[in-house]
Amino acid sequence: MKKRGGEECQQKSANVGQDLEARANPASAVLSVFKVFQQELDIKHDKYERLVKISRDVTIESKRTIFLLHRVTSVPDAEALLSEADTKLEAVRQKIGQIAEELRGEDIYQFHRAFTPGIQEFVEAASFLHYIRHRSLISLEEINARLVFVGSKELDNKDSAGSPEALTFQVTPSDYLLGVADLTGELMRLCISSVGNGDIDTPFQLSQFLRQIHDGFSYIGNTGPYEVSKKLHTLRQSLGKVEDACYTLRVRGSEIPKHMLADVFSSRSALVDPDEGSA
Amino acid sequence: MSVTEMFSYLQGFLSADQDVREDIRKVVQTLEQTAREILTVLQSVHQPSGFKEIPGKCAKARELFCTVRTQIAQLKTKFPVEQYYRFHEHWRFVLQRLAFLSAFVVYLESESLVTRGEVAQILGIEVVQDRGFHLDLEDYLAGVLIMASELSRLAVNSVTAGDYSRPIRISNFINELDSGFRLLNLKNDPLRKRYDGLKYDVKKIEEVVYDLSIRGLAKEAESVSDK
Repeated sequence: MKKRGGEECQQKSANVGQDLEARANPASAVLSVFKVFQQELDIKHDKYERLVKISRDVTIESKRTIFLLHRVTSVPDAEALLSEADTKLEAVRQKIGQIAEELRGEDIYQFHRAFTPGIQEFVEAASFLHYIRHRSLISLEEINARLVFVGSKELDNKDSAGSPEALTFQVTPSDYLLGVADLTGELMRLCISSVGNGDIDTPFQLSQFLRQIHDGFSYIGNTGPYEVSKKLHTLRQSLGKVEDACYTLRVRGSEIPKHMLADVFSSRSALVDPDEGSA
Repeated sequence: MSVTEMFSYLQGFLSADQDVREDIRKVVQTLEQTAREILTVLQSVHQPSGFKEIPGKCAKARELFCTVRTQIAQLKTKFPVEQYYRFHEHWRFVLQRLAFLSAFVVYLESESLVTRGEVAQILGIEVVQDRGFHLDLEDYLAGVLIMASELSRLAVNSVTAGDYSRPIRISNFINELDSGFRLLNLKNDPLRKRYDGLKYDVKKIEEVVYDLSIRGLAKEAESVSDK
């Protein structure tokens, strides 16, 4: 499909070229030079568009995985749900493999803007899953270690020997950072909903974890990219909500019987809900 | 790895990144200074007296390009070669100016469009990405477009200075450039914005040529140049 797109493009440009040639000097050196430029630019733009498309797919699938993971609190069989999330993330991983394929031999920063939203969303989903499983923060290396792809299905004539060459995709530290910042919003939602389900332990674990992340971000401060300081604000809000929840649990927990606490919080989470859109 | 460890690793990475950017910024500043000097030298061709001294001015500008080459060589040492696009924004502007200046010098010398290879040679850099610090195609094109507006100014001033044949040559040149640019499928980016300005330069030069031809000055100039 890629190939056909390229041919169409060239054909179209050839027509335009002929029109112009008829008007201007046909043997012009300038025109022939610009024809080369045209091809070079088109190839670059096509690649960029393809990357944007893959990145969108990655974003959508990662979002779905996150939604799926939010159900973990209300489902009896959490393990089945987690393995479903695993398969979903595997599909996302394959998509990232396509990105890596596109970027083979390119400067990844040249096209970075095309795929950075997708990668951030992937980091968010992967770290969310990791947290639910292991109650810890996935490290950048662990993420990168997963993004190693062996060979390509396509018959690329670049590696004619057919040796399965390892293709890696490196998540940049700033993408990782921004993804983790998004993760905190998800953790806040997880906290509120787990209280709603009468789970008393999770909120305290979460508040501790969020506090660690918050401290980490404060440590980085404004050395990071510009977006980090924006996200820090939302992070503070999320942390505030979680800490409030823990506070209420502690205070009310001593006076209300456990089975009634759930009711207190299901009305409370309804109160919190409206701001979540901004988080 | 604990959360704290992870964040201190990231912080280390980020501050190293900032140091590199700081270094690049310093060198780019010196480059901008040299670019301004070259521009000042070349600006004097717009003066009536400057028209006779074009070769001299070009030679002087070429001398200054030696400084540019050493400064760019310095810039190259400030970051890993494969991370060109990571820091591209820092030198993009000045590289476009330098591409313009080299294109202008080459035009004044030979009245032809500078090739990408020539610009790269003047600046002491590569054309192909794989071979190191290179001239991005879009930056080269942006430089050429800056030259187009400079040439439309030159057309006006050369009439004032009594050189009637130059605007016609410039007009042919710019028209050719315009049809070249029309071959490109530009995206909605800064280059496209700049290209949109090209038609005003074309229009301006056409007006100059029109003024000359209704007064019979163009023919006079043509017959002179034909002989």
